[in-house]
Amino acid sequence: MDKALFEYLLRLGDDSLVLAQRLCEWSSRAPTLEVDLSLSNLGLDLVGQAQLLLGYAGEVEGQGRDEDRLAYHRDAEEYRNCLLVEQPNGDFAQTMARHFLFSIYRELLLDELVGSSDTRLAEIAAKAVKETRYHAELASDWVIRLGDGTEESHRRMQDGLDWFWRFVDEMFAVDEVERVLIERGIAVDPAVTREAFDARVTQVVKSATLEVKPSTWPQTGGRQGNHTEHLSTMLAEMQVLPRRYPEATW
Amino acid sequence: MAATTSISEELRNRIQEVLANVPDPEIPVVSVVDLGIFRGIVEDDTGNAVVQITPTYTGCPATLVIEQSIREALANAGLSGVKLDTVLSPAWTTDMISEEGRDKLRDYGIAPPPKGSAATSVRHSTAVQCPRCGSKDTQEVSRFGSTPCKALWRCCNCAEPFDRFKCH
Repeated sequence: MDKALFEYLLRLGDDSLVLAQRLCEWSSRAPTLEVDLSLSNLGLDLVGQAQLLLGYAGEVEGQGRDEDRLAYHRDAEEYRNCLLVEQPNGDFAQTMARHFLFSIYRELLLDELVGSSDTRLAEIAAKAVKETRYHAELASDWVIRLGDGTEESHRRMQDGLDWFWRFVDEMFAVDEVERVLIERGIAVDPAVTREAFDARVTQVVKSATLEVKPSTWPQTGGRQGNHTEHLSTMLAEMQVLPRRYPEATW
Repeated sequence: MAATTSISEELRNRIQEVLANVPDPEIPVVSVVDLGIFRGIVEDDTGNAVVQITPTYTGCPATLVIEQSIREALANAGLSGVKLDTVLSPAWTTDMISEEGRDKLRDYGIAPPPKGSAATSVRHSTAVQCPRCGSKDTQEVSRFGSTPCKALWRCCNCAEPFDRFKCH
């Protein structure tokens, strides 16, 4: 088995899956009906991407685990998502801050992965990047609308950015697993996208009359399975049915 | 460009005819052929015909239903030996919707994406024509609508809300 590729696909797939689950927690609770629709749609796209990525991961592993098995029958420490996506939704501004930072990172990453030497991964990236552009646009619009809104919305949006900034560095960190794959032309060195990320984030943040305050305490560990306490409680809810009734089918 | 194939022209036509009558489960006025979900017919190692389809959005719940509908339709037409394969590349775009498909969407009350608009961002899209009264005095209500492929718009002239097929 290509262990590095398996790990990498889990990272990409778990980012999608965990964020999808978080977004769907907003269903029926969003500020307006239109926002409710948007957040569920974003979640749906991410579930679709997770299906493709985890399905491929299962094939690479070759142990007979499909995407559902990987999604529902792994514990928190076996998840490889970054810490940013597992954080609780907070208020709407926090959710938008998280989605803003993630979808810009992800759009730039997918854009590069379209050129991956792994054909299957390149195909998935080409499909997913189109959806992700919509996500980045939607989140950017909300960051501007809330930032350049009322005193209250401005304060909340700034708080959201301040809180989530500590999880940004992890998305761009490279460890041994990725270094090997970058050399093989399969993975993307996230460093090549960092400059573009900073530029795009800064541009939006400026028009939102907000500011980026670099965190002095960056958090990492998700890629190695060291998660915050929030992931396990989220997974407990997400996995309860297939774990309680392993043979259940729709 | 066509490689040597043992799939007869007649079989191809029959398959295409069957597929042209398989509706999209969420927008039943258009078929899987109109939408560009049907990619083509290829031959596998054993000489069987394989229908290639491609998903519109990765998470679109209709994808599974479409697969089942195609299998059923082929079986009902006595073509159960025909296989089905999902391909991702090249990624589906709204440019793959046929002219006929666009007309059908409009008649159904869904503003179709203009041809060649797939690469353009929704945010910078040109005026959208109301599928009911034809006015271009329209507004986006929500960029995400009832299904992944649609956005919610309203017409400022006839005051009716309508769905718009997102450029993708």
